[in-house]
This record gives sequence, structure tokens and C-alpha cells, in this order.
Amino acid sequence: MSIANRRILPGFRLSLSFALTYLAVLILVPLAACFVKASTLTWTQFWTVVSTPRVRDAYVVTFGTSIMAAAADLVLGLLIAWVMVRYEFPLKRFFDSLIDLPFALPTAVAGLVYSALYAKNGWFGQYLFPLGIEAVNTRLAIVLVLTFIGLPFVVRTVEPVLESLEAELEEAAACLGATRWQTFTRVIFPPLVPALITGFALSVARGIGEYGSVIFVSGNKRFMAAFPDVKSTEIAPVLIVERLDAHEYAEATAVAVVLLLTSFVLLGVINHLERRSQRHAG
Amino acid sequence: MSITAKHVTKQFGNFTALTDVNLEVPTGTLMALLGPSGSGKTTLLRIVAGLENPDAGVILHHDEDVTERSPKERNVGFVFQHYALFRHMSVFENIAFGMRVRRRPKDEITNRVHELLNLVRLEGLHKRYPSQLSGGQRQRVALARALAVQPRVLLLDEPFGALDAKVRMELRQWLRRLHEEIHLTTVFVTHDQEEAFEVADRVVVMNHGRVEQAGTPQEVFDHPANAFVMDFLGNVNVFHGRVHDGKVMLGNLEVAYPHESRADSQDVKGYVRPHELDVNREPADGAGVPGRIVQINPTGSVAKVRVMSEDFGLAMNVDLPLERYGELQLAVGEIVYVAPRRVRFFPPDDYVI
Repeated sequence: MSIANRRILPGFRLSLSFALTYLAVLILVPLAACFVKASTLTWTQFWTVVSTPRVRDAYVVTFGTSIMAAAADLVLGLLIAWVMVRYEFPLKRFFDSLIDLPFALPTAVAGLVYSALYAKNGWFGQYLFPLGIEAVNTRLAIVLVLTFIGLPFVVRTVEPVLESLEAELEEAAACLGATRWQTFTRVIFPPLVPALITGFALSVARGIGEYGSVIFVSGNKRFMAAFPDVKSTEIAPVLIVERLDAHEYAEATAVAVVLLLTSFVLLGVINHLERRSQRHAG
Repeated sequence: MSITAKHVTKQFGNFTALTDVNLEVPTGTLMALLGPSGSGKTTLLRIVAGLENPDAGVILHHDEDVTERSPKERNVGFVFQHYALFRHMSVFENIAFGMRVRRRPKDEITNRVHELLNLVRLEGLHKRYPSQLSGGQRQRVALARALAVQPRVLLLDEPFGALDAKVRMELRQWLRRLHEEIHLTTVFVTHDQEEAFEVADRVVVMNHGRVEQAGTPQEVFDHPANAFVMDFLGNVNVFHGRVHDGKVMLGNLEVAYPHESRADSQDVKGYVRPHELDVNREPADGAGVPGRIVQINPTGSVAKVRVMSEDFGLAMNVDLPLERYGELQLAVGEIVYVAPRRVRFFPPDDYVI
């Protein structure tokens, strides 16, 4: 191992094999198991499981709410990161630590609190319901709670990039005759795009996997062909749990496999976009 | 267009960056603001550009008060020490930026950018990104970008500060030639006196937020206004002595004191540049500080000889022309006599520390 010998710190083989084993045991094996289990179904069985209106609808709810929440996080997160990096204000450190709270808080707690707040007689709900805004047991409720959970991903990925932008760039733009808006859209925003895309991707991924908080706020209304006007709020993970409860393991994994593959494709596309936007950074 | 700063004062918290500074930059001049770090030269430049507001005083651009105007309205080109190029834009887009935000027609932009690329000798690099350029190239892009909007004045903040010695040298000669081509009123900040003297028509020496002296490089170098300027503009030997009857004794040398002394036996300092000292084996005309040669460095345009005088506790740096050095055949350890051709005295400061 001539390459390893030239390194200053020892342990290339040990650390590499440990890292790879770890990844395999924790990620690859469970994923593979999921595919293996699903493959006990025939193609027709598989297709029947994942193509029922109820399952299809659950996918739409899962991905739709995740993407909408991540989009909301994009706007809010950029704003918060901007304020945190650019301004000094009292209790800044306190607010800064609040941003990380969704990382640490059990999401079920968030779900519980949100459903209490937005319920018809809750603090917010009592004013929102008369306006026709129902933020419990609706898709809006899911988007709200996922926005809360995904927010730190955007803030924390954008902050360091924003910090690295020298004030001189803005001064240069001002000297060249740019208005404040032009300075923002042409000078500050473009370098933030890769970080924003990363934050968006992380936030979407987090939203797709979220279970604990969603089940408290969504009401888990399943799709019913008889009532097409009722917007269902059942997410795919709930379906998986339901199948598992019924001991239909293969069916549960079939639902999971579609979720997984869609996530992969989504993340692949986002990664590609990020790489493209990052070509000339640095 | 000329620039005038009148009674400009600027304070940052407890730190006074500028105290009652007056500056006059005539149209078409290339002026250097020279001073050590913390002397306020960059602050003054930023106030001229409108990037900073003075606490007191006014800035005139050609008799027009622009003190309250934004950088955009002042129409200045500003070049930053660390280039401040837009990393996500190609060289072309960087240079075009000022014209794009002014919504100039596309073909005008294309023509002007290529004209400027030509001027800064970066033809063919318009598709590159800043990260693919060397430091010198980046600084030239920054300059082209500043010139693209046809500014009425060009301001450069330590433009070559971040570059290595050779590129620096090339770029400053190039800047001088560029100035002769376009004759734009230009102010640049530097802490390098050699750079200031080589490039500028006029030099303003600053220290502790004040202007110490302003003039042509020749005037400033030959007739420094005070001890600070003398010291800042190059190596200098300091001889301590006492005034007595209008004469000063420096070691065993008697020199006339040109200023009025406030008291007899007042302590004064005499300043002599290394090239104003001569070395002899015998005391010339009976004068010369005796000393031992401790070091000789003949590698350069002059031979640098260091002489220690134990009698007077003086270490003297002498720059000898190489011919003179060859003639004398000096060796380390020899006893020689050092005589100044010229000694400068400055009137004592009112605020001696």
C-alpha cells in the first residue's frame, strides 16, 4: 500500500473499511432488504398494490406537500439567514438557537402543538377558521408542519455562503450603478442558488420521510372515490404502517419501494441542478 | 474632472480616521495617497467615492458638491484591493455589468467590452470565470469593469497589494501607460513609496489621519516636510546631537543648524539618507565619524555598507555607488570615516512624545 504509506496519518485501511461497513450495514442492507421483500410479489401484484387510487393519492399528498413546504422554506429560510448574517439585534443568539430546534425536537411534539394551535378553538384557529383557512386535518396543515421541520435545512446551508460574500461585492455593484434590487438579484442571489438548491433538497427529503408530526395534524383522511371533492390527507408512510399492522409485509415494502425510487429520482435531479449552478463557484 | 476634499473629518467609534483633511486632485492627474496602514488613506478614497460619509467636510467633483450623493450618482470607477469580481459571471459579464444595469443596447455592450478587453490586454479571455484567472489578470478585469461605465474619476484601493513582486512591477508600469493613454483623473492608495513615486504625478503622504505633505514625487522626496515623511520615504540615518550657538555636534561633526533653536543645548536629530553618506579611509577635510565596517552587501545597484561607531554609539547605513566601492576595496572589520554630504533638520514638533 504505497499510497497509504505516504500519508501522514495512519489508518487509511481501517478507517475506510469501517466507514464502508457502517454505510453498508446501516443503509445499503436495509434498502436492499426492502427491494428483496418487495420482489416476492409478482409484477402484477406489485402494480395492483401501488396503483390503487388510494395509494396513488397518498403519493401525491406526500410529494406535493413536501415540495410545497420546501418551497416555503426556501423563501423563509433565505430571509432568516439574511437577517442572521447581516444584522445585529438583541437576543440574536437565542433566536439563532431557535432555528435548530426542529432538528432536536421530537416531531410528534411539533405535530401536537400545531394541531392544538390551529384547531377551531385554538389560539390561531379561532381567527383563521372564520376566514375560511382550515389548518387542521387538511393538506395545508401538513404543509405547515413540514415547513416548520424543514426550515433549519435551508437556513443552515445558506448562512455560510451568505457570510462568505464580501461587502465589497455590493460596493462594487453600487459604484457600477446598480440599484439595490439589481445588486440583490444580480450579485448576491446567484451565488446563493447552489446552497438554496441543497437546502431545498434536504427539506424535501425530510418532508417525504416525516411521519410523527404529520399524523397529528393531517387527520389521515383517505381517498374515497365516492367523495372526490374531499381532499385526502393520508401520506404514504401511513399506508405503510397500516399494511404492516395487517401483516402484509410485501405490500408494505412495495409502497415503500415506489417512495424510495421517486425520492432517488427527485434527489438526482436536484443534485444535477446544484452541480450545474455551482460550476463556477470559488 | 478635478476632485477636491475640504476639511474632511471621519471618526469610527473612538478611532479618528481623518482629521481636517484637504485634498486637491487636478483634472487628468494620477495621484497617489501614500501612507502606512491606519493612516486614513483608504478611508479618504472611500469618502471620495461615496462609499463612506464624512462626519464633517465636503467633497467637490469639479466645483460641484457631491458630499450627499451616492456612489452611483457620482459616476466613479472603483477598484478594490481584492478585486471584488463577481464569481458567478464570466469576464465578459463582469465588464458588462455596469452597462447591463444601465440597460445599454446589446451591441454597444459587446463592442465596449471587447474594446476594454483589448485595452487591458485580456483579449480572448472573455469566456473565462474569475476563478480561472491569475491575480494580475483579475485585477485587470476589475479595472476594465470600472472603466466600462466611463467614470469621470478612477479610484484604486491598493490595487496591486495582493500581487507578487514581479506582477506588481509590470502592472504599475502598465497603469502609468494606461493613464497616459486615457488621461482620466485617477487616485490610488498605496503604502509602497516606490510604487507611488514610479506611477504618480503627484503624491500625498498621509499619517494618523492627516496629510503630512503633498507635491510631485521629486518635491516630496527631495524636500520632505518633516521627519515622518523623511523616514517614511526610504531608509534614513538618524544622528542625535545638541544645538549650541547655531551649530550642532553630531558625533565629531559640526553642522550648521538651519532653524531657530528655542534654547541652548537643545536636543535635535539630523537625518541623512544612506546615499548621502560617503566613506573614506582617512578623515576627509578633518571630518568624519570613525567606525568599523560590520557588513557589506554589494549585490544590487549600490553597495550597502553598515558601519558601527562605538565612540558615538551609532550604526550607519551607507549606500555606496558600485564604482566607489570598487575603488575603495573595502573589507569587513576595517576602520573608516563616514561623512555626510547633506544633513536635514526639521523644526522640533510641538507635540514631542
